[in-house]
Amino acid sequence: MKQEMTGAEVVLQSLVDQGVEVVFGYPGGAVLPIYDTLFKQNSIKHVLVRQEGGAIHAAEGYARSTGKVGVVLVTSGPGATNVVTGLTDAMMDSIPIVCITGQVPQHLIGSDAFQECDTTGITRPCTKHNYLVKDPNKLSPVFHEAFTIAQDGRPGPVLIDIPKDVQFAKGNYVEKEKIIIPSHRLFEPEIFKNDDKINEVVDLISKAKKPIFYIGGGCINSGPKASKLVSQFVEITGAPATMTLMGLGVIGSSHPNSLGMLGMHGMYEANMAMHECDVMINIGARFDDRVTGRLDAFSPNSKKIHIDIDESNINKTIKVDVPVVGDVTNVLNKLIQTWQERKLTTNSSDLKLWWNKINTWKKIDCLNFSNDEKEIKPQYAIQRLYELTKDKKTFITTEVGQHQMWAAQFYKFEKPNRWLTSGGLGTMGYGFPAAIGAQVANPNALVIDIAGDASILMNIQEMSTAVQYRLPVKIFILNNEYMGMVRQWQELLHGGRYSESYTDSLPDFVKLAESYKAVGLRAKKPEELDDVINEMINTDKTVIADIWVSKEENCFPMIQSGSAHNEMVLSKDQKQDESSAEKGKILV
Amino acid sequence: MNKSVYDSPDSTAVSKRHILTVLVDNEPGVLARVIGMFSGRGYNIDSLNVAEVSNDEHLSRITIVTEGTSEVVNQIEKQLLRIVPVHSVSNLDEEGSAVEAEVALVNIDLNDSNKKQIYEVCDFYRARKIENENNSIIFEIAGASERINRFIKEVNQITKIEIVRSGPVAISTYKNTKED
Repeated sequence: MKQEMTGAEVVLQSLVDQGVEVVFGYPGGAVLPIYDTLFKQNSIKHVLVRQEGGAIHAAEGYARSTGKVGVVLVTSGPGATNVVTGLTDAMMDSIPIVCITGQVPQHLIGSDAFQECDTTGITRPCTKHNYLVKDPNKLSPVFHEAFTIAQDGRPGPVLIDIPKDVQFAKGNYVEKEKIIIPSHRLFEPEIFKNDDKINEVVDLISKAKKPIFYIGGGCINSGPKASKLVSQFVEITGAPATMTLMGLGVIGSSHPNSLGMLGMHGMYEANMAMHECDVMINIGARFDDRVTGRLDAFSPNSKKIHIDIDESNINKTIKVDVPVVGDVTNVLNKLIQTWQERKLTTNSSDLKLWWNKINTWKKIDCLNFSNDEKEIKPQYAIQRLYELTKDKKTFITTEVGQHQMWAAQFYKFEKPNRWLTSGGLGTMGYGFPAAIGAQVANPNALVIDIAGDASILMNIQEMSTAVQYRLPVKIFILNNEYMGMVRQWQELLHGGRYSESYTDSLPDFVKLAESYKAVGLRAKKPEELDDVINEMINTDKTVIADIWVSKEENCFPMIQSGSAHNEMVLSKDQKQDESSAEKGKILV
Repeated sequence: MNKSVYDSPDSTAVSKRHILTVLVDNEPGVLARVIGMFSGRGYNIDSLNVAEVSNDEHLSRITIVTEGTSEVVNQIEKQLLRIVPVHSVSNLDEEGSAVEAEVALVNIDLNDSNKKQIYEVCDFYRARKIENENNSIIFEIAGASERINRFIKEVNQITKIEIVRSGPVAISTYKNTKED
């Protein structure tokens, strides 16, 4: 049934029709009609952030913790340019977002009007798709297509730019069921045209002597069922499994087959196993440079299977032997079914030898660090945080840097969607607003942003948001007064010249929290740590816990840039060889 | 095989010219999406041609000449297919037989001393003179890019010219080419 309403009403009706419950946004001149409509209704909740960059990270946190689409509403010009970082972040990490931006009225477009910018032009490379809607009758078809595209295939951000006159103009609303999206505009899976690929995969795995599963964020995007299927397949085959930063939680940390995270700051045993395996089964990961290290030395003797929903990831950096393009859930269903129908097994004596080898690597105990009685070691702080929160429904978000890697190493994840971090783009300032979004979506859960003292300041204004909506988000700052990862690289690669990586004049984080009417806590010594963590968990308010940690601790183990998986550096005393260090310097 | 800053295992692959033909929805911004992907990911465009090919279905055909190893061109094709309004991408060189043609317009500085020579060259290359109200000497030549190159070279040796070229368009010679 077609019914006439204003463009702004069409926007709201489309959101309701799409099942949207929460919008993260910030008003301004070019979205006033939409905010006016928002005022007159009760079905959609609006969370007012304090900077648009916070809105989009909050929407990412909402999306990542629920699997739903995160929705953002901001104004034209600076409102739109402030979401560019978050759009790029969501693009890199495949997070479904629909971002609505206001635009100046059509007759002013191109005139350098107040708060005008070429929003679709600026956001074209950092969205999956974007629209400038010039006709109110096209608004609802565009919205319904946008929500489909954001979630379809490899998820990502979609932006809809709406001139102010279109928000006022009358138009027809069309329900989502009546919208037909041409198939070429959507992901077209091709896997089931080709059962040979599935047989090729299971044959390779069953004949493997040293197989390894390499599991990525695609398994999380595919939905909770995918994680179960991946675990099931890993168990059936008895092979070890390692996860990327984005894939943590797909297989529980305590699972006997889990080797933990791989890559630059991954586990020694995971990287060694990747280097020595004979069959690698990549499920939903993209051979990112943080994972592969030096390409010409990456897993030199393995046959590589790559299951990915995005065909452009196949052979992008690493040439693979068997590509399978499809959704993880569908592909895994098919693999397990074929494995069982054909009554395949892996060779248990080969696997036993393989596990023996892996167990000798495990004995290296790569996460070992020397604890201290006087200073809180950052690793110890995360260990204690994990121990004291593991029995609760806990979501962990992070900013970017050393604390992020320590969190990935020392916090153990048993379930998908509980770990929210900026992997691809590496956005400092992501964690706190993402935690706000996760807390909005999961009001009764414990949501903790593990932060660094530098990162947290990038979106500290959102304290005001957290307090306004009574969101009991916990900010757990590992405070070393440095941009720790920058300092670490300067120490290892730039002769210890700490150029601009020390943060002078940091705020007093306890007083800062109090000024927002939140709770501020501080631990300076190891014996204070547990009490502070417990008080933080048990306070039903926004809390900043300022944890003073060792200032010059480095994050190990580490594959330094330009090195290979089997050249991990385990401690400060172990130097990378000179020539690869020089070569690695130019890399990021 | 790739453009990663990390050393590539295979840097000896041969780079060659490829003609890609991309069928797209003719909607605002579609060309920017396509060429933005090329510049954003560091691929080359040697020439580009775009025009609507189906008015009622609002379809446009973009013809792009690029250069790269087959791995790079393969990656370009996949990246193009990620763009929402893109229907299909064909690499005409890999599909086998295709014909290509381009058009050039040439404004020639003609005088009594070079007139005969110029007309001979134009006749030989079947370049057609286009009448215009300013009575300037403008020739149109269509055909394979190589032939146009030779024509331009020869005329250039005789006199000063101004050239505009469309860049090639190409089509597969197979019958009933399926559009998407």
